[in-house]
Amino acid sequence: MAILTKEQAQTLLKKVLSYSKADECEVGLNGSEGGNIRYARNAVSTAGDISNLTLSVSATFGKKTGTATINEFSDAALERVVRRAEELAQLAPENPEYVPLLGPQTYKESITWVPATAAITPDTRAEAVAKSIKVAKEANLQSAGYIENTSSFTAMANSKGLFAYNKDTDVVFSITTRNEAGTGSGYAARGYNDISKLDTHSATKISASKANGSAGARAIEPGKYTVILEPVAGAYMLENMFRGLDARSADEGRSFMSKPGGGNRLGEQLMDEKVNLYSDPFNAELPSNTWSRDGFPLERTSWIDKGVVKNLAYNRYWAQQKNVQPVPFPSNMIMTGGDASLEELIKSTEKGILISRLWYIRMVDPQSLLLTGLTRDGTFYIENGQIKFPIKNMRFNESPVIMLNNVEALGKPERTISIESYRSYLIPPMKIRDFTFTSLSDAI
Amino acid sequence: MKRKEFLHLSAMSIGAMMLPKFSLLGNPITAEEALYEGLDVSTKKALADVALQAATSKGATYADIRIGRYLNQFVTTREKKVQGIANTESLGVGIRVIANGSWGFAATNSFTKEDIARTAEKAVAVAKANSKIITEPVQLAPQKGYGEVTWKTPVEQNAFTVPVKDKVDLLLQANGIAMQGGASFVNSAILAVNEQKYFASTDGSYIDQDIHRIFPTFTVTKIDRASNKFQSRKSLSAPSGMGYEYLTPLADTRVAGIVTRYKGRYDLLEDIKNATADVEQKLKAKSVEPGKYDLVLDPSHLWLTIHESVAHPTELDRVLGYEANYAGTSFLTLDKWKAGNFKFGSDLVNIVGDKLQPGSLGAVGYDDEGVKCKEWDIIKNGVLVNYQAIRDQAHIIGLKESQGCCYAQTWADVQFQRMPNVSLRPGTSPLSVDDMIKNVEKGIYIVGDGSFSIDQQRYNFQFGGQTFYEIKNGKIVGMLNDVAYQANTQEFWNSCTAIADASDYRLGGAFNDGKGQPSQSNAVSHGSSTTRFNGVNVINTARKI
Repeated sequence: MAILTKEQAQTLLKKVLSYSKADECEVGLNGSEGGNIRYARNAVSTAGDISNLTLSVSATFGKKTGTATINEFSDAALERVVRRAEELAQLAPENPEYVPLLGPQTYKESITWVPATAAITPDTRAEAVAKSIKVAKEANLQSAGYIENTSSFTAMANSKGLFAYNKDTDVVFSITTRNEAGTGSGYAARGYNDISKLDTHSATKISASKANGSAGARAIEPGKYTVILEPVAGAYMLENMFRGLDARSADEGRSFMSKPGGGNRLGEQLMDEKVNLYSDPFNAELPSNTWSRDGFPLERTSWIDKGVVKNLAYNRYWAQQKNVQPVPFPSNMIMTGGDASLEELIKSTEKGILISRLWYIRMVDPQSLLLTGLTRDGTFYIENGQIKFPIKNMRFNESPVIMLNNVEALGKPERTISIESYRSYLIPPMKIRDFTFTSLSDAI
Repeated sequence: MKRKEFLHLSAMSIGAMMLPKFSLLGNPITAEEALYEGLDVSTKKALADVALQAATSKGATYADIRIGRYLNQFVTTREKKVQGIANTESLGVGIRVIANGSWGFAATNSFTKEDIARTAEKAVAVAKANSKIITEPVQLAPQKGYGEVTWKTPVEQNAFTVPVKDKVDLLLQANGIAMQGGASFVNSAILAVNEQKYFASTDGSYIDQDIHRIFPTFTVTKIDRASNKFQSRKSLSAPSGMGYEYLTPLADTRVAGIVTRYKGRYDLLEDIKNATADVEQKLKAKSVEPGKYDLVLDPSHLWLTIHESVAHPTELDRVLGYEANYAGTSFLTLDKWKAGNFKFGSDLVNIVGDKLQPGSLGAVGYDDEGVKCKEWDIIKNGVLVNYQAIRDQAHIIGLKESQGCCYAQTWADVQFQRMPNVSLRPGTSPLSVDDMIKNVEKGIYIVGDGSFSIDQQRYNFQFGGQTFYEIKNGKIVGMLNDVAYQANTQEFWNSCTAIADASDYRLGGAFNDGKGQPSQSNAVSHGSSTTRFNGVNVINTARKI
């Protein structure tokens, strides 16, 4: 079994620590079990089952740290990995940024483990895929998709008495449907802790309706448009900004969070007042790990409040340098919104574009966080509150910071995943004015 | 990257910025352990025979086994600090079979004969289960067995035998040059890979290979707090299928020009000095006027444009729809190939696929399904003539044998169609870069790869770069900022009007190209000489927040 209980993990980690002769020692355990099915052209292409359990040991003498990992668990192997970490530490150069380990902390139990997801079998996956392929076949479409479930736990302990444990379950599903002529394509992606929330039938239905609805797309002139970003599109765009909520790079002057003349933008009104971003590991829709990788308990934290930068992450070293309290990186991210449904946002739009999905987003300029990427799998022109016709995909060049200054309206937040990292977010559909498209694409 | 891998990565204090896509399946080991030669060939052959025998006795009509030992070493630094040193090792066996016309795969890190036989049987069971939901049976192109053969990357100095201290010293010396030259920050790293792979199949091949790759890289950043601007310049190194000798420049390594570029070998200390001067200039450079320009693209830049706009759309699995849900499909559909006259580019454009070029990332003796590597035309005189295929795809494009494009990132991953080296052949008439620039009235000369994005069928792309030089009336007149060019792939390659001759030919490459679900990494080179494209749309990327 790759999944240890809290007690089993603690017993094992204590034993590992008992072998340590270093000044400080930190040990971690990661275990995971899961499987996947990939399909294309309405048939399964590959499938796999993976299980792994790894122990890592970081030993420190003074400011010299060495790390070693192992996936054998005999007493001799445990002692060997500790000795190896200690040998590497003796060979390592001093790390001037080393901060002594944290002492014991109190963590609340996480709500990330769902027994039903942990009980997924290869048959469960096959059934979920069969349902999806059936929908595609009935709609005369070619499906290509992927389902993956993981049950995992993470535990850490150190020579100062800290012990932390979390276990979670995840299932992600994504589906692309295309018509035979190659003139229409649709997509849907889902990610949950709880398998019972995953409905591959309805997700494939949505993907199929986008595929059929996007056929016969017309070209419109690139330029600035009001857009409605569905959550799966918005999450991918914003994920690039979440990574930059870091004080050090801002203080160093190499981030969009850097302030002219020095320092960072903490306390500045950087976005529209409608924008609120926070993290909360106990959010029922988006539960996440309750401690950071350096051992801090994670609590609800506001990052952007009514458009004002409320917090940036400070690791322990940088916090010490700046004489502030450390702020750990969050384990999830939630954007608040309103009550409006996607349909209501469309209804309230005189002229605009509905974006189902974005694709291949890359940084163009880290100074302004300018990103480029393209629309994909269902882009529609809206006029007088109605979807009028599908339009050809377009490339955009836009900064999420500028975008969040141009918020017209936010809908009801939904759990969605980033199509690049597969991480889950809670993000509302967003109506944004003056979103910048720079060229047309023939891609479908 | 998955969150768990990220935690693991952080635990090893590796500079995550530099290592976005590494497989972290391996366990850290010491340098001494890296030199351990592993199982001897006769033991591997005996284990392979156990697997092949077990698979066929359970009904497999074909089986192959890969016994792999994968070593990675990462040394990462910033300014005066070492951020991480890690050696990782991953050792195990992957077995692939065809049974009832369907593929099955299973892998194990156990080396007992019993476990290997059980894993082979599991692969057969998976194949039989999958056979109920396939639409057509696998058709495998014939492949003769080679018997017992070996292949080794011809390295002069195995990077894993070079003491870590030497690497740290070199990187810190380079960082010192940048900081002394006025840089605000510098990150640098040396990454080394060694794949020790043994392949055996029921075709009668027993192939032992030892493959090496290396990638030294840095980013120099300079900040102007008053204007709140910053600029960076990455190294102009090319990840290479070489040993540590890549870091020892030879007499003919340097390519002279407005900035020194490198061929075959690399001078890290010189390049970081130049990069430091470049960031200074970049901070003062004028912002580009958007419009149409003739572009002169250096191989250190053009490799990425070739990678995204030529190499990806000619992957046959994308063309067929197997990547539709992840990497995407391709505009180069089979009907365009069948027509035999689809004008991908101008007459000058000749694109070749290979896994042979010395020093390239793709160079191996045999691919991961035991096919001897070769070279073939993909675009000939501008016309699409071929794709990149493996054994179970060859029949689809009328080939009698595979092109040898099969690869798996480790023993634990199933092999599938991956990109070989895909390169632009040099011009056949003598033409130097200087002579090319002389004829450009209004243009931009771009060196180094930067931002990149392309749609899922590979029509519309946008690329940045590291340094941009304005060309006016045949002369470079200064540096530009905020440059990105956007084009349609077919229009772009048809606007190719000049290619420098073979004396300018150089390789660039991707150390970690991702594809598949779960995603697998592949290393691949792209060669070219400096090339001119006329009338390309350039946008200005400056914004204010």
